[in-house]
Amino acid sequence: MTNIPLSHWLALATALFAIGTIGVITRRNMLIALMSLEIMLNGVGLAFLAFARFRGDVSVHAAVFIVMAVAAAEVAIGLALAIAMYRNNGSIDLDQASRLKG
Amino acid sequence: MIKETTIQSLLYVIVFAPLIGAIINGVFPRVLSRRAVSIIGVGLPAISFVATVLALVGFLGLRSADPTYTAVSASLFSWIVSGPISVDFALWLDPLSIVMTLVVTGIGSLIHLYSVGYMHDDPSYARYFSHLNLFLFSMLLLVLGRSLLLLFVGWEGVGLCSYLLIGFWFDDMDKAIAGKKAFIVNRIGDFGFLIAMFFLIFALGGSLDIPSLRAMVADPTSIFHSNTAMVTAVTLLLFLGATGKSAQIPLYIWLPDAMAGPTPVSALIHAATMVTAGVYMIARLNFLYVLSPVSMAVVATVGALTAIFAASIGLVQNDIKKVLAYSTVSQLGYMVLAVGVGAFGAGIFHLMTHAFFKACLFLGAGSVIHAMAGEQDIQKMGGLRKKMPITHITFLISTMAIAGVPLLSGFFSKDEILFSALALQHSSGTVAPWLNKLWFGLAIGAALMTAIYMFRLYFLTFSGELRSPDAHPHESPASMTIPLIVLATGAALAGYLGLPIPGKNLLHNWLAPVFAGGASAINNTGSHTLEYALMGVSTVVALAGIGLAWALYRGPWQHVPAKLQESLAGLYKTLVNKYYVDEAYNAVVVKPLIGGSKLLHRWVDAGLIDGIAVNGPAKALAYVGRTARRLATGDVQTYAAIFAIGIVLLVLFVM
Repeated sequence: MTNIPLSHWLALATALFAIGTIGVITRRNMLIALMSLEIMLNGVGLAFLAFARFRGDVSVHAAVFIVMAVAAAEVAIGLALAIAMYRNNGSIDLDQASRLKG
Repeated sequence: MIKETTIQSLLYVIVFAPLIGAIINGVFPRVLSRRAVSIIGVGLPAISFVATVLALVGFLGLRSADPTYTAVSASLFSWIVSGPISVDFALWLDPLSIVMTLVVTGIGSLIHLYSVGYMHDDPSYARYFSHLNLFLFSMLLLVLGRSLLLLFVGWEGVGLCSYLLIGFWFDDMDKAIAGKKAFIVNRIGDFGFLIAMFFLIFALGGSLDIPSLRAMVADPTSIFHSNTAMVTAVTLLLFLGATGKSAQIPLYIWLPDAMAGPTPVSALIHAATMVTAGVYMIARLNFLYVLSPVSMAVVATVGALTAIFAASIGLVQNDIKKVLAYSTVSQLGYMVLAVGVGAFGAGIFHLMTHAFFKACLFLGAGSVIHAMAGEQDIQKMGGLRKKMPITHITFLISTMAIAGVPLLSGFFSKDEILFSALALQHSSGTVAPWLNKLWFGLAIGAALMTAIYMFRLYFLTFSGELRSPDAHPHESPASMTIPLIVLATGAALAGYLGLPIPGKNLLHNWLAPVFAGGASAINNTGSHTLEYALMGVSTVVALAGIGLAWALYRGPWQHVPAKLQESLAGLYKTLVNKYYVDEAYNAVVVKPLIGGSKLLHRWVDAGLIDGIAVNGPAKALAYVGRTARRLATGDVQTYAAIFAIGIVLLVLFVM
């Protein structure tokens, strides 16, 4: 594992982030969009850890823990929103959640 | 012995008493009874008059103690202080303003008294007195103001009151339009006045304070003596103001229409006081006018032309007030001619005598109109001599005075003007020597016409038999006849203040200090043989005019006027239609202006300003908003996509 260069880790992190982003943008189902968001966060976390390792700086781990905690909170709120949306709209299709547009 | 400080306080009383009356009657028209309105409306001008007399007594006392004493100045506060310009709100009582103030408050009070009877049945009684008092206040400010700017405030004030009172019965559209016409025509003249003041300050470095200005001009090395072109411009622009206010060619057209107002208003504002403001202003600035022989010649020529022009129109008018209106324009022409030939004293003299006889004539006309239940056509009158003895006798005296019958006031004052016109010699060279003869010729022609049209008016109104059978004329109440009697006495006797005897001319001696600056440049003393010969000539002219009028309208040639109308139909129509000047102005000035205004409204105001400048940005913003609104789809994922693309672009840009 020590032989894998930093650029590879970063490429993987970027790929995860991009996959997550595309998922958030394109999927209609809110649950899948939330899951894609998690993938984006994981991509970011992976990038953090790769830097931490290659710089030999453990303190960056704190940032990753914060990202995970925030992700947990975000999922809790996101699911609550999904339930609220389902109650109001009868579906969790994001395309139909545009009632506040100008 | 009245002290100088007392005179200063009296000055404030003179000016502000009528203002107080105007405020009380203007603010509480419904609270006050008619009696209270009358007492306030007449009482405060009377207080002003009494204060004037006291001020005169005080002034005489100061002058007898110190013969070089020339004026009392009372500065209320410093009004405008800005760089080189400094104007005090200051009043100025010198011999000239004393004469004017006496005329304004004296005749003004009498006319207020007369109005009590004349306006008795009017529903807007309090408004009438409020406006009339306000007029008196403005006029006194004009007369007593020490600076040109204060004079201008009064000048505008009297214009405003004139407008308010001409259109007093504003529910009659014609009268409202007459008021508007007077106001607009006067504004044209006022524009000249304003420009003149700017030139005076900025081009000549002069002061608006009249005594300071006089001191500046008195210095022969000053710019006033080197820059004659600018002085000519200033004086001519001021004269443009005077042609508006004093109804001279080309701006006289408003005065005949101004007769739409109540008759006492015509007497006070449009005969005795306001319309003489232009003459007063020129006399006031005599030291400036004499520096420009060109301006003087223009002033005199305009005056002489106006005198004969208006008199010729007066010959054929049938409305009693219209005849008097054209007569006023014509007599104002005489006054302007007088100041134009440097005979400032003669101009003020005629102003004063004219104030008496013309006010009396107008009030007499008002009395006649009152008695005839509103009828103003002299062809329907006649025989009023027996029905209205007091009105008749006072009217006759004033008619004789204006016609120039010897020993009455108009004779002396008009004669002095005729003589001065012929004898004028300007120290800096006359513009053209034949002008003197032209002025004299025009003036004497106007004098002949004056005698004819005034006696035509008199004969048609008072002698013979009444030509409208259902009228029941009666003499007017005492509040109307007392002013008539006082004014007729003045019309008969005022001339003795200015007897043409060397050294004995009271008015000239009195006004000499005021006109000292002007007099140094002007010489129209001439020979006294000439003056007495001219008196003979003008007596003959006056009597010939009266005789002609008698023969044509009362005597053996009564069929002639009708024949003349037929044989000279073209001329007659031109005169009846006042030389079509109103029509010409309508075609040349009014219609193009209105047409131009409409075009401006349509293209510039509605099109350019409203359409493009105001609504343009609003429409553009609305368009941007409508378009940009589409970006806000409400779709979270679109926002997220745009956000992501933005970030990517930003990162690319930074790298």
